[in-house]
Amino acid sequence: MSGKTLYDKIWDAHHVSRDANGETILYIDLHLIHEVTTPQAFAGLRAARRPVRRPDRTLAVADHNIPTEGQALGVAAVADLEARAQLQALERNVADFGIEFFPMGDPRNGIVHVVGPEQGRTQPGMTIVCGDSHTSTHGAFGSLAQGIGTSEVEHVLATQTLRQMKSKNMRVTYTGTPGPGVGTKDYALALIGKIGTSGGTGYVIEYAGEAVRALSMEGRMTLCNLTIEAGARAGLVAPDETTYAYLMGRPSAPKGGAWEMALGHWKTFVSDPDARFDSEIAIDVATLAPTVTWGTSPQDVVDIEGRVPDPADFEAERAEAIRRALDYMGLEPGQRIDEARIDRVFIGSCTNSRIEDLRAAAAIAKDRKVAGHVRAMVVAGSGLVKDQAEDEGLDVIFREAGFDWREPGCSMCLGMNPDRLAPGERCASTSNRNFEGRQGRGGRTHLMSPAMAAAAAIAGHIVDVRTLA
Amino acid sequence: MTPFTRLDAKAAPLDVANIDTDQIIPKQFLKTVDREGLARGLFYDMRFDTEGAAKSGFVLDDAAFAGAGMLIAGDNFGCGSSREHAPWALLDFGIRCVISTSFADIFYNNCFQNGLLPIALPRDQVKALMGEARGGNHVFSVDLEAQTVTSPSGQVFAFEIDPGRKEKMLKGLDAIGETLQAAGDIADYEARRSLDQPWLEVAA
Repeated sequence: MSGKTLYDKIWDAHHVSRDANGETILYIDLHLIHEVTTPQAFAGLRAARRPVRRPDRTLAVADHNIPTEGQALGVAAVADLEARAQLQALERNVADFGIEFFPMGDPRNGIVHVVGPEQGRTQPGMTIVCGDSHTSTHGAFGSLAQGIGTSEVEHVLATQTLRQMKSKNMRVTYTGTPGPGVGTKDYALALIGKIGTSGGTGYVIEYAGEAVRALSMEGRMTLCNLTIEAGARAGLVAPDETTYAYLMGRPSAPKGGAWEMALGHWKTFVSDPDARFDSEIAIDVATLAPTVTWGTSPQDVVDIEGRVPDPADFEAERAEAIRRALDYMGLEPGQRIDEARIDRVFIGSCTNSRIEDLRAAAAIAKDRKVAGHVRAMVVAGSGLVKDQAEDEGLDVIFREAGFDWREPGCSMCLGMNPDRLAPGERCASTSNRNFEGRQGRGGRTHLMSPAMAAAAAIAGHIVDVRTLA
Repeated sequence: MTPFTRLDAKAAPLDVANIDTDQIIPKQFLKTVDREGLARGLFYDMRFDTEGAAKSGFVLDDAAFAGAGMLIAGDNFGCGSSREHAPWALLDFGIRCVISTSFADIFYNNCFQNGLLPIALPRDQVKALMGEARGGNHVFSVDLEAQTVTSPSGQVFAFEIDPGRKEKMLKGLDAIGETLQAAGDIADYEARRSLDQPWLEVAA
């Protein structure tokens, strides 16, 4: 019998029971909630007169629809009345059900997938859920972290469990050493380009290999975050010394004797050497160049030195999809991607708004100026990231270069708040989705790394960061 | 949840791959605190211009497909965001079944929570159904008990579905109520966990 994968081990450790139809009831260690995907879940609990089973294992933040300025004024100052009502509903729900909440303006508040790790809530071997697809981010710690819908949010609130069928195991091994200007955003985009946005459907992906071991926690979070864009529910990186060093001393990390006990537990969460995976993929990061998207799906990727596809080179069905994407994006078939002139730059989102991301962008922005026709903004992932960046002087670098330095939140990643693209605007964005209308109706999104986005802001068009560095 | 046993309805063809949940229901409709009334946001950017005026040409607004209860879509339907507003909007519009070659996991799961049946079939079968759906004025039949889709011309295709999901759909069961029957098992698990991982019991 072959050994167990990391996913198998977490699954087995959280097995509560199994019903006659083969569905497993899986215990959930940590439930993160936010304003957009929970109001209907709390309404359901009230209607059925059900309590929250483990309010102590639940944490709430406000991130999706909050404005990125004026947060100190509080919810009552949110101009969008629907957004305000939704934020007020969350305030009422957490108060009524006894759930801890970091409200807008609290330095601990921020994007839910930045807050969990930063507070030390996210720990190896855990099961974590949140009503947000990018919950996969937390897999960077070797925790099984999955996005769920609102009905399942209600299910977890009421039962602290999820009913699930097990997924299959995929391992993606990144080998080699990256060249200059290449980082985890490029690793992830390369994978999505290779297997497509449904390539991971039905799988949990474990990331392995020397190039993954060499990554910081921030880098691992970017990689796991983008797993959902490859169709897989969850991404995993086995915990190691990098993980433990990041966790030690965080507010909710265990302390003293409990730390030693937890460490012993966490160290068991690695795939056995003889574990079998249902699918294996290898990528040599030395072969990668800085990568950007050209189209309206995260799988539409191109090297910075490359050209956008020409529908004439493809069979009818694919050609039609490419034509539709090029038309939406306002690009010519076969044009060089680095000739695309941009209007906006967004550095932020649960993918790339951590301190390391901001440092990478600031290193490019330092002593340079944002092109005259470009509006560029930087949105830290949490109040604490913003504070740290300011302590390091990054805000000054950004401001002097002409970037708008804003308050934390999901911001222009999804345009649910005042930060969004106008129709036809082209944006170099560090976020995760280039879908039609995602950042604002008619907006044109090119996904790329923080350094590449900062470089685009300076150049005024998509550009190879290696020519600036 | 409304039980799903059988559906006899017109099917609308939407031959586009990778329809993401941002397209099914754009962000501005997610600020609601209700599940109802989301039909107005369904495929909004495809159906309405920036001023909110109806655009012509979208299949669900074509008179031939008025009252369609099924959607036949391209590959990887429902990718992207976890928003359950996507199945809520489809249901509110009257769509009770979506057929495609594949579905994104979270969307697929969300459908079953709401009595919307997602059916995955091989590409050639989806193409055949898509072809028959064009033009409108036809009735497709889905029989969940038998796990079959029958086209207007009489082609019958069998589909797979997890037995647990099938049972909940057929009976319209409440998943929370089902799980709470295992409350004793959950309490046992928690008791073991509090001994093995006591650091998780300490208030942060």
